[in-house]
Amino acid sequence: MSEKGFTQKRRLLSAADLTIEDVERILNTASAMKEVSTRDVKKIPPLRGKTIINCFLEPSTRTKTSFEIAGKRLSADVINISATGSSLSKGETIKDMARNLSAMKPDLVVVRSQYSGIPLRISEWIDCAVVNAGDGRHEHPTQSLLDLFTIREKKGPLDNLNISIIGDILNSRVARSNIILMKLLGANITLCGPATLLPVCDISCDNNRPAGLVVDRVTNSLKEAVTGADVVMMLRIQTERLNEKKFPNLREYSKLYGLSPETLKLAAKDPLVLHPGPINRGVEISPEVADGPWCVMLDQVTNGVAVRMAVLYLLLGGGSASNA
Amino acid sequence: MSVKRLLIKGGRVIDPASGVDGIRDVLVEKGIISIIDISIQTEDAKVLSAEGKWVVPGLVDMHVHLREPGYEYKETIETGTKSAAAGGFTSVACMANTNPVNDCAQVTEFIRNMAKSKGAVNVFPIGAITKGLKGEALADIAEMAEAGVVALSDDGKCVMNAAVMRAAIEYAGMFGLAIIEHAEDIDLKQNGVMNEGVVSTRLGLVGAPRISEDTITARDISLAEYTGGHVHFAHVSTAGAVELIRFAKQKGVKVTAEAAPHHFTLTDEAVGEYDTNAKMAPPLRESRDINAIIQGLADGTIDCIATDHAPHGIAEKEVEFDSAAFGIVGLETAVPLSLGLVRDGRLTPLRLVEVMSFNPSKILKINRGTIQPGAVADITIIDPDKEWVVEPSQFKSKGRNTPFAGWKMKGKAVATIVNGNVAYEDN
Ligand SMILES: [Zn+2]
Repeated sequence: MSEKGFTQKRRLLSAADLTIEDVERILNTASAMKEVSTRDVKKIPPLRGKTIINCFLEPSTRTKTSFEIAGKRLSADVINISATGSSLSKGETIKDMARNLSAMKPDLVVVRSQYSGIPLRISEWIDCAVVNAGDGRHEHPTQSLLDLFTIREKKGPLDNLNISIIGDILNSRVARSNIILMKLLGANITLCGPATLLPVCDISCDNNRPAGLVVDRVTNSLKEAVTGADVVMMLRIQTERLNEKKFPNLREYSKLYGLSPETLKLAAKDPLVLHPGPINRGVEISPEVADGPWCVMLDQVTNGVAVRMAVLYLLLGGGSASNA
Repeated sequence: MSVKRLLIKGGRVIDPASGVDGIRDVLVEKGIISIIDISIQTEDAKVLSAEGKWVVPGLVDMHVHLREPGYEYKETIETGTKSAAAGGFTSVACMANTNPVNDCAQVTEFIRNMAKSKGAVNVFPIGAITKGLKGEALADIAEMAEAGVVALSDDGKCVMNAAVMRAAIEYAGMFGLAIIEHAEDIDLKQNGVMNEGVVSTRLGLVGAPRISEDTITARDISLAEYTGGHVHFAHVSTAGAVELIRFAKQKGVKVTAEAAPHHFTLTDEAVGEYDTNAKMAPPLRESRDINAIIQGLADGTIDCIATDHAPHGIAEKEVEFDSAAFGIVGLETAVPLSLGLVRDGRLTPLRLVEVMSFNPSKILKINRGTIQPGAVADITIIDPDKEWVVEPSQFKSKGRNTPFAGWKMKGKAVATIVNGNVAYEDN
C-alpha cells in the first residue's frame, strides 16, 4: 500500500484531504477493527507507547468517548484535555495552547472546536499528526467516514446510490464532509431543508471547486427529497441556535421536515435512515422512524469506534489492515 | 530635515486641480510651493532629482486608525504617521474609535497636540457621531468642530438608528462637516466574519451578505436626499452599493464615497484556509464587486481611495478566524495597489491623483490636494516602476497584519514632503 495521501500528510482535517484510495483503505481497515470490538478482550497492541491527546475545546460526550475508546483499544495512551470558549477570553492564544500541547510530545492530537479552521491552525503549530473531530460549521471527517462505512455495510458500494441529506445544512459540519466524500464515491446527493438553512450560494452550480461542495439537487420539499432515496440522512436541529430565527418554531419545522414512516414510504426499497445524534425525538425524526427497522443510528455509533481506530492506526504508521 | 529651499527637478508633475501633467521643476520655499516651471535654476536649494518619477500633490488618506489614545500597543500617532509617510501620504484623517472615543473636544485636542509633537505627517481628527460610538446620543459636535475635527464618523460601527443618523446629518451640516458612514447592518451581518458566498460555505464560516451594506447605503442616500446633508460612504465593498451611489449622484443627492485598495484587489478567495489577515469589515467580496468598484472609481461614482489602515497586535490575528480582529495595515501598500489600476488602463494618472489627494481634501475641506504656486508644500514623489516585495517586518506601522506579505509590488512613494520638509525618503 502506498504511503501517499492522508497518511503522508499526517492529518485528517477535511474530507478533501482524502483520495478514493484513502477512503477505501480506511474503510477496509475499519472492517478489521470492527472485528476487534467483538472479541472478549477488545484490545490489540499496535499503538502501544503512542500518546494521543484528545483536545476537546467544545463539549462533546459522544465523539470524545468514541475517540478515547478507539485509542485505548489500540493500546495507545489517551489523554483528554477539555477547555471551552475563545482562546483570547482566557488570555492564552490558541497558538500558545498548541505549542504547549506540542511540548508534551504527543504522537497525535484529536481536535474538536466550536471554531471553523482551528484543527488546521493547530496542525501548523504542532509537529504530530492531527485529526479534526469537528470544527465549527466546517467539517467532521470521521463522522462522514463512519456514515460511509455504515452505508457500505448495509447497501454495498455508494456508486449511484441516491442519498438525501435533510435539515440544517447551513450549520452542519457533518453535511459538508459527507457531501465531499459521497460525491467522491459517486453517490447522487440531494440537499433538503428550509431556504433559511441551506447555504445561500447555489452550491449545486459550483462545479469547479477543489473542495467539491457539489450536489445534484437542492429542494425545499421533504417529499421530493425522500422520493426514491436509498439513504436518508437526517441532521440534528440545533435547538440552541433557534435564536437565529431561521424558522418560526420547532412544531412548524417538524411538520415540514420531520421524517415519519408515511414519508419514508416514498423512498426506495429498504431505505436506510442515518442520524449523527443526539436526536431530538419528534422534531427532525419521529419516534417510529427512530426506533424502526430503517434507522441505523446505533450501528453508526459502533462503526464510529472502528473507523476512528482505523484512522488513528493508519495515521500512526500502522501500515495496511492485514498487520492489525 | 528642515531646509529653506527645496528644488524638485525633472519630475512628471501630475496635478488634477490645474490639469497639469508634464515634466516640470518645482521650487519650495518656507513650506510653500513658490514656482513651477519647465526649468528652474537656483543655487542655494537642496535638490531632489525626480527624473522618471511622478511629482504629485501629497496623498491624503481620509480613513485611518491611529489607535492612540487607548490602543498604543497596536499603533501610536507617531508610528501611524511614519507609516503614512512611508506610504506616500502627507495627510491622514483618523477615526474616532479610540479609547476614550474621540467624542468631545478634549480628545480631539489630545490627538492634535500629539500629532503636532510626534506626527510625521498632518493629522486631521474625525470626531464621533454619537457619544461613545453607542449610536444613541449625538457626540459634542459643536465643540469638536471648534477643536478641529474635519468630519464625523462612528466608523467600526454603523449608526443603526435611522432617526439618530438623520439628526446627525442635519446637525453636522451646520458646521459643514460630512458624516462618514460605516454602512453595515448589524442585524443582517449577524456574526458574519467574511463574505457570504461559496467560500464561506466551503470554510463553514458565517457570512456577512452584501445586502448588509446595500440596505444601509440605500437608507442613508434617502436620509441625505431628504435632509440635504452630506453623507460619505466609507470603504464601499459591493457592486450594489456602487450602483446605489451612482444613481444617487445622478439624482443630485449630496453623497460621496471611498474604496479601499484591498477591496478592489482581493476577493474572498484570499481567506484561503482561514487567513485572518484577510478578515476585514466590510469583508472581501467577489470579482464582480471588484469590477464595479474600479468602474466606480473610473467614472466618478467613487470619489476617493482610502486605506482603512487598521493595525492590530499579533495576538489579535493569531487566533480563531471567528475571534480575530478585522482589518489590515493599509498605508504602506496603497500606492502600488492603486497604481495597478493605472497600469491596467482603468484610471488615468490624473484620475488616480484626484482620488488619492484632491478629492479627499475637498471632502474634508482641508487646504491640500494640489501642486500650485502658493499651495502648502505637501508633495509626494512616486517611482511608478520601482519593484519591491512586501515584508511586514519592515513596516513603519506597528501592525504586521497584511494579506500582501511576500507580494511583488510595482510602484512606490520614494519621497514624502510635508510642509516643505522631507518626512520620508526611500533609500
Ligand atoms: Zn469602517
